[in-house]
Amino acid sequence: MTVLRTVDLTKKFGDFAALDGVNIEVGEGEVYGFIGPNGAGKSTTLRILLGILKASEGHAEIFGKDAWKEAVEIHKRVAYVPGDINLWPNLTGGEVIDLFVKLRGGNNLDRRQELIRKFDLDPTKKCRTYSKGNRQKVALIAAFSSDVDLYILDEPTSGLDPLMERVFQEYVLDAKKQGKSILLSSHILSEVEKLCDKVAIIREGKIIETGTLKELRHLTGTILLVETREPIPNLEGLKGVSGIQQKGAALSFQVDASEVDHAIRYISQFGVTRIESSPPTLEELFMRHYEGTSKAVESGAGGES
Amino acid sequence: MARHLFDGTGTLMRFVLRRDRLRLPLWLVSFAAISAIIALAFEGLYQNAAERQAVAETMRNPAMTAMVGPGYGLDNYTVGAMTAHEMLLMTAVVVGLMSILLVTRHTRTDEEDGRIEMVRSLPVGRLSNLLSILAVLTIANIILALLTAFSLTALGIESVDLEGSLVYGAALGATGMIFAGIAAVCAQLSPNARNTLGLSITILLLAYMIRAIGDVTNETLSWFSPLGWILRSEAYVNNYWWPILLTLAGSLLLMALALYLNSIRDLGSGFLPSRAGKERASRSLLSPVGLVFRLQRTGLIAWAIGLLLIGASYGSVLGDLETFFKDINLMQQMIAQVEGFSLTEQFIPVLMAVMGILGTIPVLMAILKLKTEEKNDRLEHILSRAVSRNQVMGSYLAMSFLTGFVMLTLAALGLGLVGNAMMEEQLSLGMFYGAAMAYLPAMLAMVGVAVLLLGWAPNLSGIVWLYLAFSFFVIYLGGLFQFPEWVGRLTPFGYVSEIPIEEMNYFNAVMLIVVAVILIAAGMAGFKRRDIGR
Repeated sequence: MTVLRTVDLTKKFGDFAALDGVNIEVGEGEVYGFIGPNGAGKSTTLRILLGILKASEGHAEIFGKDAWKEAVEIHKRVAYVPGDINLWPNLTGGEVIDLFVKLRGGNNLDRRQELIRKFDLDPTKKCRTYSKGNRQKVALIAAFSSDVDLYILDEPTSGLDPLMERVFQEYVLDAKKQGKSILLSSHILSEVEKLCDKVAIIREGKIIETGTLKELRHLTGTILLVETREPIPNLEGLKGVSGIQQKGAALSFQVDASEVDHAIRYISQFGVTRIESSPPTLEELFMRHYEGTSKAVESGAGGES
Repeated sequence: MARHLFDGTGTLMRFVLRRDRLRLPLWLVSFAAISAIIALAFEGLYQNAAERQAVAETMRNPAMTAMVGPGYGLDNYTVGAMTAHEMLLMTAVVVGLMSILLVTRHTRTDEEDGRIEMVRSLPVGRLSNLLSILAVLTIANIILALLTAFSLTALGIESVDLEGSLVYGAALGATGMIFAGIAAVCAQLSPNARNTLGLSITILLLAYMIRAIGDVTNETLSWFSPLGWILRSEAYVNNYWWPILLTLAGSLLLMALALYLNSIRDLGSGFLPSRAGKERASRSLLSPVGLVFRLQRTGLIAWAIGLLLIGASYGSVLGDLETFFKDINLMQQMIAQVEGFSLTEQFIPVLMAVMGILGTIPVLMAILKLKTEEKNDRLEHILSRAVSRNQVMGSYLAMSFLTGFVMLTLAALGLGLVGNAMMEEQLSLGMFYGAAMAYLPAMLAMVGVAVLLLGWAPNLSGIVWLYLAFSFFVIYLGGLFQFPEWVGRLTPFGYVSEIPIEEMNYFNAVMLIVVAVILIAAGMAGFKRRDIGR
């Protein structure tokens, strides 16, 4: 069942199109990773989903309701953690958590103590004294104390230490186990890889790749690491091979899924002494879209069709 | 090595000047200009010694002593003596405030925002930041003293001579210095910027109050207040320099103490403990209105006390009004002459207009707080929860209505109670209250303008301040400049009934409320359909 969907979502700030036809869809019980660099349009998308910004074109719906018109109804079942958290300097963390939970019409106050302990937050301190990580904890504790069906998290771990990151991941997996849906925007790719069932990559306001991690990997192909007795001539000229790197005595490169057979046959002529294959990491997928040559970007766009 | 404590001070001083290149000159020029304008106004207001002498008599009233300081030279009340006596204290308080704001801004605020940490990581001495701002303020206060002195002398008023002007200017500069010292010490003691500001301003107000009580009852008490010291300079009459030297010595001691305290504390810490706050929110905080009220509580209380005090101080002069005005043509021009009412009664609407417009400032601040919250990304915390935009705007509206009501009530109470205590013939308290409440519909109309701007042009919402300033100009000075009637009709305050000399005009009041409702509804419609964010 679809919990959240955007259809051709477009947002213009003056002449600048921050979003240009974004389509994402999050199903029930799904953890959906939303990745892209700063300024790609992640936060803008989330803010439209929350009815804080109004879409210029297209529409966004959550639980089948319009995100703009029925914002208040929707928010009763949604928890949101913004990317850049500013709190009231003269309220304490504990007061802010209570306020946030209450404003949602919240109920799950027993979890509050447990969360405060697990995230190791001092709730008696004024927010002005909190570091970025502590402000994030306040928002996360308020979010996870609420009994909701959808969590929208905007780079929730960017200020947390590795220990707290793990606590966060536990709670996400826990929520998933209970059948809740999570939309997680992040640029910590290992985290997305660990938590998410589906991923969308956004770039300059357009979704350039979307699907399960397996699908994305399949589109990209396989990473091969080979050591041969003789050097392999003209590897870069081989169809479907890219990203060749020397790693010690071995060569690492990426082969398109359809060309694996062909590539292996070619390599085997040169006396293979060692061969390892691995699926590309999300980082490799991501980099392919962002840094690579124009060729890499083109093939990325091709992969979408 | 000790000298390394101050490395880079010169560069930091230039940096302070660069950051305040508009702020600082504006402060200094305003002080010089206001002192000169007041002296000129007094010169124009009181044509001869007899008129000035009449004023001098009212200055013997203890209420006046409490407000502006002990009278001196009252037997020969020259324009110079009058200016220095009536203006020095008020101006000095504002000069003190300037120093406090500037010192806090460059010490604790910078520290809290992590900017001092950046500066400290450079090859810069540990005390250079504090020293640089103190040095800049020392220079600024010297310039303030000279600028004020020369502007006053340049007026060419006979009794306003160079020496007296130098004493007057120096008294202001010395006040600036000592409050720079006080704020610098407070910045070391307090754990954060807000407390620094609060503590310093409390000391400033205490200094004013101790001196007021001391001047009226027991002069020894006034010696505990730096504001009491500078009043003893008696510019244009005796020109004593020793109070100024005393104040300067005190300032240098305080500054040295601040530097010492700064050298022995850690960055980001203070000597006063920061109390642990509440772990759980009280029930009263847990709603949009509760939050709005909580965020503005301190401001509301401060303004409420302010309005009460202003009302009380106006009330304290009501008793002397008849004598005060008899000889003054200009003041008579400012108030409407109506048969059958005493001068006091005719003056009440003028006072109410001032207090009504002044009381509108916190009302507008209450509604415009919404913009601050939006700019700081805190509104989205609320709107991303089950709270509608109407609820959010409604909370701020409720807060601003409450503020308006409280301000007018306290202004009326202060004026009425103290006024009646000072006057032989009592006026009914209900009349005072009615005269104040007549301003509520006009305040609502101003709120309506603010909401309209917040809804449709949030970045232009500051325009409402200009409109308020325009209203003040038209209403307060309208009579003086003899503006045509329609000019007064351009502001909601022009439709307010002048109780007690006019009957309450309910039609106008209802029309103002209708206009306010329409503006608010239009503003809310705009707020509901726009993007939230910077």
